[in-house]
Amino acid sequence: MEILVCVKRVPDTAENEISVNSAGNDIDRGDLVYSVNEWDNYAVEEAIQIVDRVGGNMTVVAVGDDESEEVLRREMAMGANDGLLLKDSAFEGSDGKGTASILKAAVQKGKYDLILTGAQAEAGAAQVGGMLAAMLDYPYASLVNKVEVIDDKKLKVGREIEGGNQEINEIELPCVLSIQTGINEPRYVGIRGIRKVASVEIPVMGASDLGLGADTVGTAGAKVKRVDYFVPEMGAGAEMLEGSTEEIIDKLVELLKAKGGLK
Amino acid sequence: MGTFLLSFFALLIPVAGIALFIYIVARRLAPLFRAAPDFRFDNIGKRLFGLYEYPHHRMPRPGYELSGYIHITTIICLGVLSLQVITLLLQGISPSFSLPFLDKGIIADGYRMISDLALTVLLGACLLALYRRIILKPERYNVPKSYGKDKTFPDALLSLGLLASLAVLDIVYIASGWRVDAYAGADTHILIPFTGTWITATIFSLFSPTANQVVHVLSFMLLIVLIFGFVCYLPFGRFFHLVTGPPNVFFKKIKKGSVKPVKWGIADDKLDELESFGVKKFEDFTWKHMLDFYTCTDCGRCSDNCPATTVGRPLSPRFISIKGRNYAFSHYPLKGPFIQNEPLMGDVFSDDEIWSCTTCGACEEECPVTIEYIDKIVDLRRGMVDDGNVPQSLQKPLSAIEKRGNPWGKMEKKRGEWTKDLPEGCDVKLFEAGDTAETLYFVDSITSYDDRMISIAQATAKLLCAGGADFGILGKDEKDSGNEVRRFGEEMLFQDLKNHNTEMILESGVKQIVTADPHALNTLKNDYAGLPPVEHISQFLARKIKNSDISLKSVEKPEAVYTYHDPCYLGRHNEIYDAPRDVLDAIPGLRRVEMAKSRDRSFCCSGGGLMLFYEPEEEERMGVLRVKMAAEAGATVMVTACPFCLVNMEDAIKIAGLEGKLEAIDLAELVERHLDK
Repeated sequence: MEILVCVKRVPDTAENEISVNSAGNDIDRGDLVYSVNEWDNYAVEEAIQIVDRVGGNMTVVAVGDDESEEVLRREMAMGANDGLLLKDSAFEGSDGKGTASILKAAVQKGKYDLILTGAQAEAGAAQVGGMLAAMLDYPYASLVNKVEVIDDKKLKVGREIEGGNQEINEIELPCVLSIQTGINEPRYVGIRGIRKVASVEIPVMGASDLGLGADTVGTAGAKVKRVDYFVPEMGAGAEMLEGSTEEIIDKLVELLKAKGGLK
Repeated sequence: MGTFLLSFFALLIPVAGIALFIYIVARRLAPLFRAAPDFRFDNIGKRLFGLYEYPHHRMPRPGYELSGYIHITTIICLGVLSLQVITLLLQGISPSFSLPFLDKGIIADGYRMISDLALTVLLGACLLALYRRIILKPERYNVPKSYGKDKTFPDALLSLGLLASLAVLDIVYIASGWRVDAYAGADTHILIPFTGTWITATIFSLFSPTANQVVHVLSFMLLIVLIFGFVCYLPFGRFFHLVTGPPNVFFKKIKKGSVKPVKWGIADDKLDELESFGVKKFEDFTWKHMLDFYTCTDCGRCSDNCPATTVGRPLSPRFISIKGRNYAFSHYPLKGPFIQNEPLMGDVFSDDEIWSCTTCGACEEECPVTIEYIDKIVDLRRGMVDDGNVPQSLQKPLSAIEKRGNPWGKMEKKRGEWTKDLPEGCDVKLFEAGDTAETLYFVDSITSYDDRMISIAQATAKLLCAGGADFGILGKDEKDSGNEVRRFGEEMLFQDLKNHNTEMILESGVKQIVTADPHALNTLKNDYAGLPPVEHISQFLARKIKNSDISLKSVEKPEAVYTYHDPCYLGRHNEIYDAPRDVLDAIPGLRRVEMAKSRDRSFCCSGGGLMLFYEPEEEERMGVLRVKMAAEAGATVMVTACPFCLVNMEDAIKIAGLEGKLEAIDLAELVERHLDK
């Protein structure tokens, strides 16, 4: 099975202190550390496991700048066979549809049976996977938490629905799946693993390689534009507890007791 | 004709016996020649002295006195009797043979009297050992169901039975020979009353010279058959330690606290060239580690002291060795082809078993034959890390250390923020800002960032000020020391941390390093190289108090009872036991008690560094057991000298419901409160 996994380089929420920048149009990116989007990491692990079970080949692809190469390498150290970087100054400022268009062009340059994306990335829009499927006219399953290969034409995919219930669907290949965290336990990639793939060539494709008009992607092609970025004002009924961790805990316990949440 | 047959028999049995023994041992040692290298040929003098010194210190450790003294007695007896046995074997071939000075004369008679005594004592020791095994049945010999059938007990009975029979037969042989000589009017040595030989010779006086001669010859024949039977049986079970024990003690690890390199002979900057890391298959173990497996006596002292075993984690160091030995026996059989290069993880050892170890070192401290566990576990973890097999709970902190230099992913620039709340007059220099100083205070991650533990950093800074130290910190240029990164098998990340910190420390130009974190102390001292001397704050304090540079006022809570908990990386791994106690005792009026398990028997708090993030399967927390031990000792304040111990103890006090009855405090915090300003 030929698998393509779409990955994104994002600021790691666990290892950063995120704040809105002074211009109010983005987060402050001065002191951030980046890593692969957590959902994508599960998608890559799932692809590796599928290839281990049924054979085949997997490629990781990212839309981004030179620094996205580091993320591709990490996923290749995990076990991806090939990497592909989609980089062009014309891609900058793409909205979700723009990103999906770029990925669609890349998918059509290859021959993939299965395309995996993370369920969502750090921005939380969760839109690229669905749009990509629609543009390709492929079937799509979202929030997938289980994949079973039936044969080279069909998969069985699972999805958790309200109340912890599980739903299983059959889906025809080629298809796009967006992968939910918890589907597997992604393997660890150490510094040694990354060094082993440090010198592997990663092909780069730009707008012209993909046959994309510069006005269809990037800022020029974006039909969704961010107009503001801010921390919401505290509404009525909201209260920020302050003090040391111990003090905060004590206050919280008191509040919970007062409101009958704790007896 | 009879003499000829006897000589033939006396020649055949030893030749056949020795040939068989060599064959068995050669097959047993076969994997050692396919093993990873291990450099153990340094410090020959120290190693030789260890052979003499080690048994007295290790064998009769408190609680194990009986088995310890049985062993020491047996070793001495076997040593004495070795000359008699050599003589006996060679006399079978040539009846006139004797070792120099042992034929006739006062030395020869003296030796015979001593060996009569040794035989009796040896027999007594065997019977006592059998009594322990059969009647007393110490609990540590029990084999939990999950580890299968108890093969040790039958093995022990057979080996002890054989040794006891050998002693009895030898007594019969000597006594009957003595009787024959006495009947013939030849010179005989004096029999010491009530020895086995004396009793037997007395009984044999009831029989004729001929009967004694027959018994003498028969017992001789049986004796040599049994001797070689016994020798050839040794490599089949735990009694192999009679052969491998002395070399295993000779080759023991000399440098405490350190971890073996990934591969002996490969420099740190050449690690990238290695194909594979750590132990993934049996042949990846070093030859010494395989020798450890063969040498394990299955005495159970390691697991008896292992905190992981005690709290029900799926780890028992004893069975690391037993499973290793079983693997060697089944894959390197005496007959047939060797089965090589099979994976160990999953089949022989389980992931949870290997991640359960806190590397506290209690097992190694206890082992009477110097078996190493930490290096093996680290090597197995290196193999798992190399295969990407790392628990999810550990992946986040490892990645945060890689990116931010600390396991919580906190900002580098906030590493030195704890200094903000220090009082006027106590200035902490900052090397990242270009300051210079004599001493570096290496704070390490938890003490730099944790809301509670920064109080240790602040107390330490105040103590350094009080002691007149000219010191500074690396601030954002300091990264995690990596003690646990290395011990959790992520060697390349450790190397990066080590190289970074080493460069920063050397650039700062300091002449010494002090730290309040024993884990940092350990790795800077034992894993890093080329650094200025490193000491723990307790050592600094002990020295300053002794020189009267720091004086302390009377204890704040005269009614309190203090106890000191030895952190594993300060105590066992670096043998700093007295400095913290001396410091505590320097506080006037402080009442201090010792817990039942203290100093080199200290019981791990639950583990530090990355162990804080690991979610083990266990029935109880180590820390909870530990605080209960403090309460049992009558303590109301538990003093420790490690931020990780403090985290674990404070949690454990709450879980154990001892709040209000017991509190935990760091040594630096306690002493800082008692500074006589």
